[in-house]
Amino acid sequence: MRIGIDVGGTNTDAVLMDGHNVLGSVKTPTTANVTDGITDALGTLLRDSELAVDSVDGVMIGTTHFTNAVVERRHLTRTACIRLGLPATACLPPMVDWPRDLSEAVGGVMFMAHGGHEFDGREISPFDPGEVRNIAAQIRDEGIDVVAISSVFSPVNSQFEEDTAAIVREVIPDATITLSSSIGRIGLLERENAAIMNGCLQQLAHQTINGFRSALQEMKITAPFYISQNDGTLMAADFAAAYPVLTFASGPTNSMRGAAFLSGLRDAIVVDVGGTTTDIGVLRHGFPRVAALAVEIGGVRTNFRMPDTISIGLGGGSLIQGDPLQVGPRSVGYELTTRAQVFGGEELTATDIVVAAGHEDIGDASRVSGLDAGLVAKVEDRIENIVNVAVDRMKTSAAEVPVIVVGGGSILVRRKIVGASEMVRPDHFPVANAIGAAIAQVGGECDQIFSLAEMTRDEALAKARAEATSRATAAGADPASVEIVEVEEVPLAYLPGNATRIMVKAVGDLQEGE
Amino acid sequence: MLKQVTVDDIQPIAIGAGILGTGGGGNPYLGSLHLRSVLEEYGPQPVLDPRQVPDDACLVVCGNIGAPTVSIEKIPQGREMAEAIVQLQNHVGRKFDAVVIAEIGGANSMQPLIAGRQLGIPTVDADGMGRAFPEIQMSAFVFEGDISAAPYALVDVAHRFALVPQAATEKWGERVARNIAISMGARGAMAGYVMNGVQMRSTAIKYTLSLARQLGRAVLSSQGDDVPAVVADRLQGKTIFRGKINDVNRRIVRGFARGNLTCVAFDGKDELKIAFQNEYLIAWLNGEVVATVPDLICIVTAETGEPVSTEMLRYGTRVVVIAVPAPAELCTKAALAAVGPPAFGYDVPWRPLPGGRIGLPVTDRRDGQCT
Repeated sequence: MRIGIDVGGTNTDAVLMDGHNVLGSVKTPTTANVTDGITDALGTLLRDSELAVDSVDGVMIGTTHFTNAVVERRHLTRTACIRLGLPATACLPPMVDWPRDLSEAVGGVMFMAHGGHEFDGREISPFDPGEVRNIAAQIRDEGIDVVAISSVFSPVNSQFEEDTAAIVREVIPDATITLSSSIGRIGLLERENAAIMNGCLQQLAHQTINGFRSALQEMKITAPFYISQNDGTLMAADFAAAYPVLTFASGPTNSMRGAAFLSGLRDAIVVDVGGTTTDIGVLRHGFPRVAALAVEIGGVRTNFRMPDTISIGLGGGSLIQGDPLQVGPRSVGYELTTRAQVFGGEELTATDIVVAAGHEDIGDASRVSGLDAGLVAKVEDRIENIVNVAVDRMKTSAAEVPVIVVGGGSILVRRKIVGASEMVRPDHFPVANAIGAAIAQVGGECDQIFSLAEMTRDEALAKARAEATSRATAAGADPASVEIVEVEEVPLAYLPGNATRIMVKAVGDLQEGE
Repeated sequence: MLKQVTVDDIQPIAIGAGILGTGGGGNPYLGSLHLRSVLEEYGPQPVLDPRQVPDDACLVVCGNIGAPTVSIEKIPQGREMAEAIVQLQNHVGRKFDAVVIAEIGGANSMQPLIAGRQLGIPTVDADGMGRAFPEIQMSAFVFEGDISAAPYALVDVAHRFALVPQAATEKWGERVARNIAISMGARGAMAGYVMNGVQMRSTAIKYTLSLARQLGRAVLSSQGDDVPAVVADRLQGKTIFRGKINDVNRRIVRGFARGNLTCVAFDGKDELKIAFQNEYLIAWLNGEVVATVPDLICIVTAETGEPVSTEMLRYGTRVVVIAVPAPAELCTKAALAAVGPPAFGYDVPWRPLPGGRIGLPVTDRRDGQCT
């Protein structure tokens, strides 16, 4: 049996799953120290299901905690960066395009040294251990023990990053080190940015993961626990403590994967309505379609593969104004249960409208029975219109596609969406996010440049597939279940010699019962 | 017209140059970060009106050669282009008075500003392509004035240089330069096309730096409106399609990323197909040719009007396709032989777009009619 938990900004949701069956679910408010919220959720879940804790095989947690820390510039640790590549790259030092407040919060201590590789594996310049040792001593003297290391074309050859890490460990024995090659793909600044953000989040990650761990211990759950990452796969808790940056954008991914699971649909549009916003994304083969453009997190450019979603200001807590008619984007958010009229509050929200229209029985319906029926109808029309327009923007063809509606606020979406072949609001729709976490698989990726002058395209693809597969297995996948879910080839433009960049992603089911 | 480039001009120029890149030329993002640091250190870069360049001025043309995918990883040391110019200067035995832009479209819009500022010489508001093209000799300097790229110099990130004093033909010169660039790790800074003021004036496509800035400013100031419509208007072009990318099919031919792209209209009625070879070259609307190279086929995102390059093409991106009449310099008989559809291997004649040529309010270029 698995427990899936989603620690969001507003709610902490938990689900209990036995294979493909959802045995129970619970929604509780997120607490300032995430531990209490999780303990509450787990307590309720286990009590309601009368389950013995030793029958739990694994706990999967999705969290927006680390993304929020960067966005809010809170709880960040001073981090130094060493980049290998001189004389190349000198004109754009690390963190060159970071917002000033964030680079100050992170400390902005950075160094460039010789090293790096060409696209074909040649060295740009030889690695100089003395130079790196000298840099490491300066970092130590600054009192910094978190270090991010990047090297030009390290996705092709990570040797110099590893050599640097070994020297840093000699000089600063307690150093916490992030290698860019272990996090990102080709695109030096973006990969390095991710490595630095990862470094500055590691301390928070250790605390948070320990918080998760003690919440589980308090509930006497001894099963291993995992954290979900942005591509919809899982990482072991200890790995997540070392690579918190990989949790960025896991929220939308989880809700879309959960929607796919609950509905049984693999190609569909997912509309996830929360308290304040609605996220709309596209499922292809059961996975979210990824964004084409570079994605910024807290003002920093990254090249993570993020789900391509649009977010609109519509949710269960959206404030309603009558004249002129306005629905959202302002919202009472997590205060819905105190400020909405059906809960005795003063504010007219989208939830009040749904109750007044007689669709749902939430709170005290008599409090909204006097609402002008004309207004209720107009607001319903407006909500329908907002959703129709947004869904149409995400559609890739005029053909009708299934639409899956999930999330606590999805009671707002009552009418058939234009262009939807069918509308599915699956069971357990309010906790799709936690279900997405519970069913996540583990994966591995390969992103390298191959020279097709030296091998055939088929050989290069086979090599990339094998590498991705072995990374998935190393991450804990059951080898028998690993399949390749994505292959992308980008020929390097303007170059003869058929150099081509191949990206392969493999995923598999988590190996159970260790 | 642009008199100088300040820090505030960088982002608009990068956006405008990206759109003029017609899908190729590389992303100006890293170059714009570099230019920012150079201008913050040394102050604004002066820009010369091409009409005011003295007849006997000694000019050099510069741009990077290599693979854009490599340049997002192997960032320059920063002075490659200036070093290439100095190497060439030593060879020809004369100091250059100003830098001319090889290619306004894409990443190469930035280097002539960076190198000029580092060497203390101005940049001329003109370029050889008016857009982006995949090969060096696809330049108005060649087909309008028989100016040779050689002698030319290339420099890499490790300050290593190569000098080619002469090349048998311009195509051969391109091939030699490209192989040198590969030896340099798929990226080299290149300076060549030494010319005087008269030659520049009779060949270059003028005011394209001003055009890029104007275009980028329009994109930035019209956010929230129909940005693609503003782009089309500024370029005197026509929106030929609004829709979503439905299919992308790439293959490698002689080292170039060739492929086809299909877009489907939002209402599902129309289909636009585009053939690309680094740049977008030919567009068919429901099977009928609607735009052909050298006319510019620009793809921008439907929401923000930002350029979409061929490397960024992905299923489902919402785009607007704009066709823009090429500058008159690209529409002569000689030009069409070098950069018309047959030059890229397509058995399709150039089908001129109706309407005027790319232009700013003040230009001295010949009348918009093409042969």
